[in-house]
Amino acid sequence: MKLLRELLFPLIAVAAAFLVGGVLVALVGDSPLRTYELLIGSALTWPDGIGYTLFYATPLIFTGLAVAVAFRCGLLNIGAEGQLYIAAFVTAWVGITCAGWSAWLLVPLCFLTATLSGAVWGAIPGVLKARFGAHEVITTIMLNFVAVALASYFTQYHYKPPGDPILETVPIGEGAHIARLGRFIPGFPERIPLNLAFPLALLVSLLVYLFLWRTRWGYEIRATGASPAAAEYGGISTGRQIVLAMAVSGGLAGMVAINEVMGYRYRYYDSFSAGYGFTGIAVALLGRNHPVGVILSSLLFGALLRGGLFVDIFTENVSKDLVQVLQAIIILFVAAEAMFRGPFARWAKRV
Amino acid sequence: MLELRDITKRFGDVLANDRVSLTVAPGTIHAIVGENGAGKSTAMRIAYGFYAADSGEVVVDGQARRLASPHDAIASGIGMVHQHFMLVETMTVAENIVLGIEPGSPLALDLNGAAARVRALSKEFGLEIDPAARVETLSVGQQQRVELLKALYREARLLILDEPTAVLAPQAVTDLFRILRGMRAQGKTIVIVAHKLSEVLEISDEVTVMRDGRVVGHRRTAETNATELARLMVGRDVLLRVVKPEAKPGGAVLSVRELSLKDAEGGRRLDGVSFEVRAGEILGVAGVEGNGQTELIETLAGLVDRRSLTGAITLGGTDVAVLSARGRKERGIAHVPEDRQRRGLVLDFNLAENAILGVDERPPIAIGPGRSWLDREATSRRAKKIVEAFDVRPPDLSLPARSLSGGNQQKLILGREFELPPKLLLIAQPTRGVDIGAIEFIHRRLVELRDSGCAILLVSSELDEVTALADRLLVMRRGKIVAEVDPARTSIEAIGLLMTGGEAAA
Repeated sequence: MKLLRELLFPLIAVAAAFLVGGVLVALVGDSPLRTYELLIGSALTWPDGIGYTLFYATPLIFTGLAVAVAFRCGLLNIGAEGQLYIAAFVTAWVGITCAGWSAWLLVPLCFLTATLSGAVWGAIPGVLKARFGAHEVITTIMLNFVAVALASYFTQYHYKPPGDPILETVPIGEGAHIARLGRFIPGFPERIPLNLAFPLALLVSLLVYLFLWRTRWGYEIRATGASPAAAEYGGISTGRQIVLAMAVSGGLAGMVAINEVMGYRYRYYDSFSAGYGFTGIAVALLGRNHPVGVILSSLLFGALLRGGLFVDIFTENVSKDLVQVLQAIIILFVAAEAMFRGPFARWAKRV
Repeated sequence: MLELRDITKRFGDVLANDRVSLTVAPGTIHAIVGENGAGKSTAMRIAYGFYAADSGEVVVDGQARRLASPHDAIASGIGMVHQHFMLVETMTVAENIVLGIEPGSPLALDLNGAAARVRALSKEFGLEIDPAARVETLSVGQQQRVELLKALYREARLLILDEPTAVLAPQAVTDLFRILRGMRAQGKTIVIVAHKLSEVLEISDEVTVMRDGRVVGHRRTAETNATELARLMVGRDVLLRVVKPEAKPGGAVLSVRELSLKDAEGGRRLDGVSFEVRAGEILGVAGVEGNGQTELIETLAGLVDRRSLTGAITLGGTDVAVLSARGRKERGIAHVPEDRQRRGLVLDFNLAENAILGVDERPPIAIGPGRSWLDREATSRRAKKIVEAFDVRPPDLSLPARSLSGGNQQKLILGREFELPPKLLLIAQPTRGVDIGAIEFIHRRLVELRDSGCAILLVSSELDEVTALADRLLVMRRGKIVAEVDPARTSIEAIGLLMTGGEAAA
């Protein structure tokens, strides 16, 4: 019952967004039904549709969790994008530097690198906030630029293969590769980049749940987020919780590197992220900052990303920007939840 | 003048007003009393057009009115002074009063004419308010009078005052009552929503008692008394007096020497405060709010920046001034803060989570390596114990603290702090906004705690409460302790004078 109530408003928001999106599609002169059939149908075909949907969902689960953890501490982490760029570059760097190592050593080392480098980058705005009161929204946005620029600089001047026209590093060692799921699932081709990072993301979601609701740290982070004055009263050092939450958040964002660098491109590739860090904000918002919600909304957004490509190709007038429009409208509706309060609240109460 | 006929109002599942009928005779002061949630404010907001009733009628001057908004109520001659003032602090009195009905044209505001009328009204009703004064420079009592002026300026013949004395010092209450009597003499009708029975008996001509959304009694004030009203309000007999055996104080538990606290502007919020609290006694601190009592409690609890502090705080002979809030809790300093919703509880946490606030690091709550895991069973055991011992209702551990009434929130906090267990209890405004029934319960628990040997430092702006509970009483003014008195032998008036330094108006 409680679950249903939690799901109700996000579902209404999604439905409303599709409705408005349908009107837009009709206005540009295509059939809404056919467009949605394409959008959803292409995301659900086996194996490609589902494979790519899950592949696109993977980084969103990580960034969605990152934003959710920070949010539970009352912080708006707009910096997941920068955190995942730093993590991706540093992970690639370790993968290149230790290229000869065996996978048994290098894979765990790279996992650790991805998480820790993201955590360090995330902790910086945490420290700035806790020590000097600098607002995390400002500092995380600014650090995004710094992160992207740093990674590009090192790639361009130090790790780019000579003569390569694309801004990317040399490949990481084979020992740092993680397997694609095609290797384990019969009938699922290995060309689909869905890799072990996806089950890892599900596992990490569970860990985040346990961390937030079963550990003392999670309790103190949530207390700090829900009421800083009461947390302080309870003897919780709110500054420490802010740094901790930002570090955990950054670490989660950093795990995107596992999917992108270790499971997909096997190198650092400049501007690889399709705004995963920012979409993570939307994912967390729609998922109500709960790991289960984050997984569900990541799947939705992953499906939209996948289906958007097909809408682009197979419709006359609708481009894949439709997906962005839908995302934006979903978020608008989630943010303006109060709009539905009147007509739906009574019904929701009975549910 | 005003009549409510069978007013029913539902909020979701809650029946806030259930066929409420009452009649306010013109030229009288009519009190409406009841516990929190009895439906007093709802009924008055319906009379003021703030809410629409689901059924029933509002009758003004013998005519049924459809009051769709406060605007309609004002047009029918009804004004309301809310508990929380609705004033723009940076504007002058006159500017505030004309807000929304600015005289003159949009390009040429006629403030002078308005100011003259405000001055005349102020004189007529003895309000003594300068229309040119900035609202932020006025005391709380004066701001309240600005609200009264606002209603009078709009030619209200009936004024509804929602808990007008809750924010006032004793002298200011006296002033307000003088003004209200003056208004009655000029033919105005006044409805006052209240829960302090002594004040109701003093000021009103008639009383309507509400309980659980219904009118349960109507009396002429001259023909009733506090005991009867309390019984009507609560639905059972209530002990209004604090019963307390003689204190048997032991050695000093808390000792404070020359404690001073500077604020950001360099002003002294605490100024050379020294005192001791002994085991088994309640030391009361009286004072007009904002004279350093809050700061004193927060300082002792470890919640202020230590760099702005000087002086010594020792608990049982050891220096605790250097300890964090958590360190002090571990040594047995319990704290019931005055702002229970912001400080004392995490409103979005459920009862179980709130029951371990401050002890989440201690076994048996925290278990495993690094005490990192919260033991859910130990947590709910502790919560259950508190909820049972302090009769927190409803006793559902999974409910958010937000959903509890003020009295039950306070009982939850009290239970949690009693469970520490405390050597010293710092408690501020223990019964503010708490129902009469719960007040009796909380007072009894405090006396029991005292008799078990705990030292208690009690801050309250309710003089009746602090004099009834305290064994010794300090009076604070402007961050200083200006007197220590024996509460059993000192009159409320004398304490009131000490609090204000002899200034009549506050």
